[in-house]
Amino acid sequence: MAPKRIRARAVSDDPEDLARVPLQAVLLADSFTTRFRPITLERPKVLLPLVNLPMIEYTLAWLESAGVEEVFVFCCAHAKQVMSYLENSQWKSLPKFSVTTIESHNSISAGDALRLIYERNVIHGDFVLISGDTLSNMSLTRALQEHKERKKKDSNAIMTMVVQRSKPSPITQQSRLGTDGLFMAIDPTTKQLLYYEENTNHSKGTLSIDKMLLVDNTSITLHNDIQDCYIDICSLEVLSLFTDNFDYQHLRRHFVKGLLIDDIMGYKIFTHEIHSSYAARVDNYRGYDTISKDIIQRWTYPLVPDVLSLGNSATKLERQGMYRSSEIGQSRSAQIGPHTVIGTGTTIGSNTKITNSVVGKGCTIGSNAVIEGSYVWDNVIIEDECELRHAIVCDGVVMKSRSVLKPGVVLSFKVVIGQNFVVPPYSKVSLLKQPTKQDSDEELEYADNNSDTLDSATGTMDKLNGDPLLEFSEMEHHVSSELGYGGVGYIWSLCEGSHEEEWRHSVAPIPAEKLAEITQVIEDDLELVSQDSNAPASSGELKPDTQINAEDDAVYFEKEVEATFLRAVNENVEVDHVILEVNSLRLSYNMQAADCAGAIFHSMMKLALDAPHSMQNELLRNVHNTVNAWQKLLKSYLPGKDEEIEVILKFEEICLESVKELSPLFTQILHLLYDKDIITEEAIEDWESEKKDADEADRVFVKQAEIFLQWLREAPEEDDEEDGE
Amino acid sequence: MPDVQTLVNELLFKLKKRKIEGSHATARQTAILLRLVISQQRIPYTHQAAALIDAVKAVGEQLVAANPVELAVGNIVRRVLHIIREEDLSLSTVAMVGLNVSAVSDDEGDTDQDDHPVLSAAAVAAASRNTLRPPSLQTLLEDLPDSAAVPHTSSSGDDSEGKSKSADKSSRSRRLKHDVIEAVNELIEDISTSHEQIAEQAVEHIHQNEVILTLGSSRTVLEFLCAAKEKKRSFRVFVAEGAPRYQGHLLAKELVARGLQTTLIADSAVFAMISRVNMVIVGAHAVMANGGVIAPVGLNMVALAAQRHAVPFVVLAGSHKLCPLYPHNPEVLLNELRSPSELLDFGEFSDCMDFGSGMGSPLLHVVNPTFDYVPPKLVSLFITDTGGHNPSYVYRLIADYYSTDDLVLQRKPAPVN
Repeated sequence: MAPKRIRARAVSDDPEDLARVPLQAVLLADSFTTRFRPITLERPKVLLPLVNLPMIEYTLAWLESAGVEEVFVFCCAHAKQVMSYLENSQWKSLPKFSVTTIESHNSISAGDALRLIYERNVIHGDFVLISGDTLSNMSLTRALQEHKERKKKDSNAIMTMVVQRSKPSPITQQSRLGTDGLFMAIDPTTKQLLYYEENTNHSKGTLSIDKMLLVDNTSITLHNDIQDCYIDICSLEVLSLFTDNFDYQHLRRHFVKGLLIDDIMGYKIFTHEIHSSYAARVDNYRGYDTISKDIIQRWTYPLVPDVLSLGNSATKLERQGMYRSSEIGQSRSAQIGPHTVIGTGTTIGSNTKITNSVVGKGCTIGSNAVIEGSYVWDNVIIEDECELRHAIVCDGVVMKSRSVLKPGVVLSFKVVIGQNFVVPPYSKVSLLKQPTKQDSDEELEYADNNSDTLDSATGTMDKLNGDPLLEFSEMEHHVSSELGYGGVGYIWSLCEGSHEEEWRHSVAPIPAEKLAEITQVIEDDLELVSQDSNAPASSGELKPDTQINAEDDAVYFEKEVEATFLRAVNENVEVDHVILEVNSLRLSYNMQAADCAGAIFHSMMKLALDAPHSMQNELLRNVHNTVNAWQKLLKSYLPGKDEEIEVILKFEEICLESVKELSPLFTQILHLLYDKDIITEEAIEDWESEKKDADEADRVFVKQAEIFLQWLREAPEEDDEEDGE
Repeated sequence: MPDVQTLVNELLFKLKKRKIEGSHATARQTAILLRLVISQQRIPYTHQAAALIDAVKAVGEQLVAANPVELAVGNIVRRVLHIIREEDLSLSTVAMVGLNVSAVSDDEGDTDQDDHPVLSAAAVAAASRNTLRPPSLQTLLEDLPDSAAVPHTSSSGDDSEGKSKSADKSSRSRRLKHDVIEAVNELIEDISTSHEQIAEQAVEHIHQNEVILTLGSSRTVLEFLCAAKEKKRSFRVFVAEGAPRYQGHLLAKELVARGLQTTLIADSAVFAMISRVNMVIVGAHAVMANGGVIAPVGLNMVALAAQRHAVPFVVLAGSHKLCPLYPHNPEVLLNELRSPSELLDFGEFSDCMDFGSGMGSPLLHVVNPTFDYVPPKLVSLFITDTGGHNPSYVYRLIADYYSTDDLVLQRKPAPVN
């Protein structure tokens, strides 16, 4: 392989600009997670069968059909198994499609893998980064073209992420693939990714975004209904970035978020949304279940069993989405329901019911068994009257008669379940003991150490009928009856104390009680929130406990009006416009006309006061001028007596509290207002009568205005006299 | 040989991945590949035709298995087989004239038993089977060449007369190959020009001021309509959009670009519009031996509507679409179910397919078949590159193009392997 690679590089290096560089892809044949344990202890995740074909088969088929010409498969855990699989696969012999494996034993993350690939210097241009558990049928041409064009315009656009719309469940807040809710902020015009957050905290329900994001971008859309397909089109810079930032481990958590938050060199990530095609990654058991069903429902066409079926084991699609291979031994009374896949050489006994399940090659299923929503891999023996509901059963498992698998059970390779034994829900059973300490480094080593012995074990899978029995006899002494009489294997305890996680990510549908429970919790939360937040919203005057808020509002309102007024004065805004503005403020703060009048009067007095003055006389003149200039504005808020009284009261308040300077001028200003017809006689009289019963302190201004009031009372007579004349 | 194998693999892969769209392209590529197979095939001194047939069959079988839905592959394989048989027959009849007939008949038995006892037994079995068959014009015609072909290929391997005729033999083997390749070239030519051949007949069928209805998009239909337009016929075309792939939109675009008065309608409006239509002209995926048509989905509905209003339902089909099989064969009735994403947006409906809650079984099923079967009684006329034909006449066309042996033999090797 090596010389070929060098040659390829030599060719593409020189005419790099002009010649067409073959499209390359990096396929990570290791997910660097432990979600699929215990199965992945014995076989790499990419070789696990998904509807009877190893996952990597789908990924490679897609890469090939999408026009990728060179694929570098990065093998880490169980590297030998992956390599030997590829060596014997059809992919090695295809023209115009080269598959090169890169083996590493000390990489513990995607970051390490990419650093190693950079060291090898095999990638020469844009490449597709994908992991071996992703399947898709999208066409890359559009996305690639977009990526290239962006790159041409802006050399910082180094990555295009493929995303797809998919609504998360409102109850569990997880996507249909079992991944946690994902929040993304995307610029709707440029499709630039601005924010990426895998919401690991379900209960929080809140999300904080850097406010600079809103400042820097004119428009921004926030999505929680988008699913990351884990297909990235990357430029070469991505690899060097990983090398420069040696602490980057995880593709999303470190790299993407690092770029977005730290803003390294202004590098940008863009998104490409696919609509009519399919792309998804098997992240956990729930994703495995969902994607299997999508395949059976043909969303992944043409990556569907009847098209992909390898060589001799032609699978045919029958009515109701039932796929059956040739050479099946099926009893006449067996019922195979819809959306079921049965592999070659499988025999099914009488009265057995299989629905919504996938059964692999060479299985032997006894009579009166029930298999529902389960994934039975190759060469499994299920004896009479067994019951499997929503379980995963790996290669070579033997289920003795009348044993039962409860929902969510995972049986790893060659486990034997004893007669009449009921495996409790969500348990994971393996021949290997559960590793005691779960450290990511340690675990990979562990996997590696085991891989050799296990390779040989899986190699002899063919003569399986004898095999489990042999092991069974060997292990009989060691294993007591953890799995019933004659059972072989260890039930793993549910680690990390997260029983909650188990139902979230298992193949079994979430039980109804759990859903009800969560709904209840959500409703409670909502009630709590509504109690908190509803109060200020309905800031009714009627509610005594919201008085404070109402007062706050009044203060804010006053300030706003003052600001508006001052601006109007400074910018010579027309009175009509000011009225409009104040009206809109009034509506938004839910205020009365009287409040407006008060506020405007207040601002007018402030204005007069702010104007330079040394003497009381000058101040009075200022007030005079201001009132002259803005009387129209003030009058528009004084439709009746009540509002006028309010103004007087406000005036009192001003004189008493904020602007003591005005208090000596109270009477004069009141007179002025009267002269200008801003305040009518009746209003003043009412004000006086209102104040009659008040305290002495409140009556200061009434007393001060005594003379004026006196004059007022006489005035009508004068008027009459004048009229008389 | 190795490069042939890689080319075969390449086509196999393309067929498997559904990368070749349409029976026209498939037929062409299959024919080109088979030509290559024939030209690369080493021909032994004896049983030249049989060797070629075996080689073509071996490749053909793989090709058919790669995409059983695309019937054109099988059609072309059978056509090529037929060509080989025909050429061999014509050569041997030419040779027969020059040979002493009595000598041949004497030697025949010995050589057969010496060299290939198994094969001769098979030949005898085949012959006896032929005699057991009810006497039809087909078998009577086919019997003759078979019995004539066997003695001659075997006689050429005879040692006693070998030396004198060896030169003649090698030239003959070269000639057979040459003739076959020549004929396959003709076939390829036929396939590529089938559109024009059909389009030439357009003026005979489309008349002034007529309204033509079609569904979906077919290149044959497009060329047909355009040919009529070029001949100064003025007519209108109704195009049903052909959900869910909406290829009718493309067709409408093309037609407008060529200056045809076009009306685009929804598939569901076909019945409402059919009373204004003078003729329905559609393309086909395959034409079966009984005159039934495998056509893009929705056409059965159009055919029924046409029948209801007595509108002629005309099917355009190149001869490569004539399939010698009958639609009651379950293998032929295979329909291609395509991705549901052509019907609905995955994102919009993703919450309907959340298997996490509920019973864990999907409540929403989306079925998206590609083909419809239109029974022969609904078809008024077939227009092929050789002219217009009645559905009841299709079997005769097929007899012209295919040997009956190949129909049966197609499935025989499968159980043996």
